[in-house]
Amino acid sequence: MTDGKAAPRRPFVRPMAGWWRRDPFFVRYMVREATALAVLVYAIVLTVGVVRLAQGEAAFAGWLQALRSPASLLLHLVLLASFVVHAHSWFEIMPKTMPLIFVQGKRLAAAAIQRAGWAATVLVTVLVFALALWARP
Amino acid sequence: MRRSNAPIFWLLFGAGGMLSALLGTVLVLITGLLAPLGWALGPDWMSYPRALAFAQQWLGKTFVFVVIMLFAWHAMHRLLHSLHDIGVHPGVAAKLACYGGAALITIVAAAALLSIGW
Amino acid sequence: MTEPRTVELEVLRYRPERDSEPVWQRYTVPYSHDLSVLQALQHVKDELDGTLSYRWSCRMAICGSCGMMVNGKPKLACETFVRDLMPGPIRIEALAHFPIERDLVVNAEGFIRKLEGIKPYLIPLQPRTLEQGEYIQTPLQLERIEQFSSCINCMLCYAACPQFGLNPEFTGPGVLALLHRYNDDSRDGGRAQRMEVMNAEEGVWSCTAVGYCSEVCPKHVDPANAVNQNKVNSAKDYFLRFLQPRGAR
Repeated sequence: MTDGKAAPRRPFVRPMAGWWRRDPFFVRYMVREATALAVLVYAIVLTVGVVRLAQGEAAFAGWLQALRSPASLLLHLVLLASFVVHAHSWFEIMPKTMPLIFVQGKRLAAAAIQRAGWAATVLVTVLVFALALWARP
Repeated sequence: MRRSNAPIFWLLFGAGGMLSALLGTVLVLITGLLAPLGWALGPDWMSYPRALAFAQQWLGKTFVFVVIMLFAWHAMHRLLHSLHDIGVHPGVAAKLACYGGAALITIVAAAALLSIGW
Repeated sequence: MTEPRTVELEVLRYRPERDSEPVWQRYTVPYSHDLSVLQALQHVKDELDGTLSYRWSCRMAICGSCGMMVNGKPKLACETFVRDLMPGPIRIEALAHFPIERDLVVNAEGFIRKLEGIKPYLIPLQPRTLEQGEYIQTPLQLERIEQFSSCINCMLCYAACPQFGLNPEFTGPGVLALLHRYNDDSRDGGRAQRMEVMNAEEGVWSCTAVGYCSEVCPKHVDPANAVNQNKVNSAKDYFLRFLQPRGAR
């Protein structure tokens, strides 16, 4: 530039469309967030079940019948996988939501918190399953 | 800067997330696969009289309600934010659809559980 | 295995006075084992194309000037080595989520404004005069804040944060990490003055815990932790505000 004047500013803003496809980290984040859909679907399934229960034996039998259909079984397999992914990613992010914890002067590592979360899940699963077995007719 | 009301929904999201992380897998396994198929638990585990008896107790009622309610609010909070992530602005319409949906599920479940009686 | 003689750089150029939009330009630079991306850019500017604009200063990852996207990831150019990116070509672009002023130079005014807004300095809990001596802090108290104090304001975390990309009003990971650094400092009493920023929708509540900010931070500050910890503090303030003074610990 020989006239000594600075070029006028014209900042360029790059579009955000498709941002999450640009990096595997973001793809994993979107997969994590997609598991919320499974939580919603299961809540709706339970709600329908409770409504049918309130409507009487015939209605509830219809709901049970629907649960036995191949479509429902397939759905629940997908839901099961989604809930496992949800649990894993929930405990993966959990250390980030907690203040720094010091045990005997040393920092508690994130991995320890994640393992504790997983252990709790396994424990709850075993306990509830045992309870279900105990409560058999 | 205006104070956000996010903490209300965030608390519900957090509680629902923890509950669904700990309990979700085993509940789906039992109610969606084992009981309908009659595996391990026998064919009558979730029969009408047993389900009714469970839902007629305070503990059973509360358990089912808490699970449904927290799962719904957790999911809707995240879906609202996911809409924002894919470019749908979280305006009044989106918030009404999501949180309104959670409220609807909560009310319907509560009404059904109450009408089942004791 | 003979060492390569050259490496190709693809740099996103943008000159507002002549370009309607950014355009990629290729340069061929002599390769050496210790070549950093910054040094490669220096070669371009010194020998090939003096019009290339970029920020740099210390060359040792402490000033925070040379943040840019290298092959799509936010990096400090001075500590990113070409040998790790071979065979190339290496794509170099201005830091993501910021408006491009020129070439690799972004508009950082928003970041500076947000940084000033959180009062990034100690507001003493119990002010001491010079005669009273130093503010005493135990090693454990220091450890609570030390990692958050390592921030060099390089803005890589902003380039990593999609929530900032989607909403430039978001205070963002780096500034919120510094807000936390001061709030959690045992010598500081300024928490109440920083609550307004924290509690706003543009404060901690725009964060969805993606966590990429902490992945890319060259100083291991872990801003994701700082932001998400303070969701708890912000929620406490929200629900207990009528019971206790603002910003009470």
